[in-house]
Amino acid sequence: MLSDYNFIGIFVVVAIAFPFIALGFAWLLRPKKPNPVKTDTYECGLQTIGETWVRFRAQYWIYALVFVVFDIEAVFLFPWAVAYINIDAWVLALIEVALFIGILTLGLVYAWRKGALRWQ
Amino acid sequence: MEITVQHVVFIILSAVALVGAIGVVALRNLFRAALALVLSFVGVAGLYVLLEAELLAMVQILVYVGAISILIIFAIMLTRNLMDPEYKAANEQWLGGLLAAAALFGILVFILLQVSWPVQVTDMPPGAIEALGQGLVSPNFYLLPFEVASVLLLVALVGAVIIAREL
Amino acid sequence: MEWITNFWVTFGDWVAGVLAGWGLPPSGVDLVADIVGVIILLLLGVTAVIVFTPMERKVIARMQDRPGPNRVPLYGTIIAFADAIKMLTKEDIVPTRADKLLHVLGPILVVIPAVLVFAVLPFGPRLVGQQLNVGILYVVAIAGMHVIAIVVAAWGSNNKFALISGFRVVNQLLAYEVPLILSILAVVLLTGTMNLVEIVERQVVPFAVVMPVAALVYTIGGLAEANRSPVDLIEADSEMVAGYLVEYSGMKFAMFFIAEYVTMFAVGIVASTLFLGGWKFFGLEDLLPVLRPVIVFAKAAFIIFLMLWFRATFPRLRFDQLIEFAWKFLVPISLVNLLVVAVVVKIPLADPVTEPYIRAAILFVLNVVMIAVAFLMVRRAAITSPRAPALKRIAAVEK
Repeated sequence: MLSDYNFIGIFVVVAIAFPFIALGFAWLLRPKKPNPVKTDTYECGLQTIGETWVRFRAQYWIYALVFVVFDIEAVFLFPWAVAYINIDAWVLALIEVALFIGILTLGLVYAWRKGALRWQ
Repeated sequence: MEITVQHVVFIILSAVALVGAIGVVALRNLFRAALALVLSFVGVAGLYVLLEAELLAMVQILVYVGAISILIIFAIMLTRNLMDPEYKAANEQWLGGLLAAAALFGILVFILLQVSWPVQVTDMPPGAIEALGQGLVSPNFYLLPFEVASVLLLVALVGAVIIAREL
Repeated sequence: MEWITNFWVTFGDWVAGVLAGWGLPPSGVDLVADIVGVIILLLLGVTAVIVFTPMERKVIARMQDRPGPNRVPLYGTIIAFADAIKMLTKEDIVPTRADKLLHVLGPILVVIPAVLVFAVLPFGPRLVGQQLNVGILYVVAIAGMHVIAIVVAAWGSNNKFALISGFRVVNQLLAYEVPLILSILAVVLLTGTMNLVEIVERQVVPFAVVMPVAALVYTIGGLAEANRSPVDLIEADSEMVAGYLVEYSGMKFAMFFIAEYVTMFAVGIVASTLFLGGWKFFGLEDLLPVLRPVIVFAKAAFIIFLMLWFRATFPRLRFDQLIEFAWKFLVPISLVNLLVVAVVVKIPLADPVTEPYIRAAILFVLNVVMIAVAFLMVRRAAITSPRAPALKRIAAVEK
């Protein structure tokens, strides 16, 4: 029902307004006296050296992909989980879903076996 | 035509989605472009809610905002020199890209105008999510696509492992 | 006495009646009711910060054998107000090299999903912001968005500690989200609904007893979602000076602070809804319906106490440990649990009165077996692992 989302819509508007109000209130109250030392990048008392944007290990990309795949799997399973309790031909439904999960678990096992899930 | 609240909300959400989409291609800073993509996804999720496709809206937020955008931001973090001020956001192939985009746009417009869409104005039936769940495991409906989807995801996973191992 | 036992609902109906009496059309009454509801839920979230920060500091202090905050009146329990005044009047420092826009955007974005979750959390059959057919999926989807806000804050700060923290928050998401969703999926499978109110109503035996595996996995996932120790890798104050928070001060810092405590409260309420029976408490909820929200809050406070206890007990995980633990332990055990639930839920039982209890008993036994087998497998893996000799030496020293 679309009317269910009236409340959510109002909530979204108020939730967006909330941080602006809070930050605006603080903006009225707080002092503003910046100086170069104060606004320098913090690094335990030393000057920062070089660029901040360092490159991270690409190995963790595999985790990201495994994550997306399993996220999508879970999304497919939600409607099934809602319907399952009322399905009469449940053995078939269960075998099908077990197959679905099994195929994806195969991917997880493959990544595991290849050592892709290991920090080196 | 009478203007209802629904129209106003539709216009706002469309504007959010479109502004986000323009931001993705127009912003020079790659990280900001990725954030504009998130904005666009959120706008589309709102449009799904307006179409009473609540499951799809949640999936849009969970998968696209929560996973795919994170994947893209992650990729930006993993790529060398992307934040270098010297780095150019566009490359030498922009002309080809423009042509390809224009061609795709033309094809899409052509299809949109040619096909007579079977539009039906009805209320969303209650229990649509349950019906979908039953359809996914019923051999008469979407069982085959459901299982093929898992194979597709498996292929993506194995491919990713093989490519990433060589990095 | 009906009105006092069912005070909240009666009060709501009375206010709606008064508004209608003023000549407001039904849609206007709904609108006012919605706005009031939103503000109440928002204030509830903010109240959580005022209640749980002193609670955290006191509880942790007691566990570490020190008094904790004790200079403000009432044994230091109103320290949160002192904090609030300090945050409001503190100078806002924006680093010169920061990306100014993203630096502001981070604290704004982090609060929005944290409070939005409250829209669907149930405190009673009618005491709920809005019942949604996709309720629990809404909670997971919205709560997951805070990761983007933290990455934005980390990136906008242009600080090395912050950026490492931004990288870690993504890694943490990759680790916890799938086990979290799978544990919720087990609950949906058992109840056949995603509506949070219906989940509570169909929960005869609390699911923490029925499915300890799912409850455990959810607790670990919830800890990670709220960035609580021992999975507070992104803050890690002893390693990288609070990570993404390092360049924030004043109200902007307070926004992250609020978001963390609101999320913690939300995780507590969701956990009590999914696994502890929500507003149900041995029939007390029917005797005195006015106590229903109190029961929910008490259960949530219990969960939060557990979180604090964890914080005082366990050392922080390294992030490769967390991610391997998630994918090699939590995900497999959740998937097995899902299939077990799917079988047990279909065992034909005739008697409708004893049926939920028998099913619960079967599931409980199977869950215990699952946990035992899982721990035996982990033990074997630990013994046969190449790192085992080193572990043995440590164990010998500890003896």
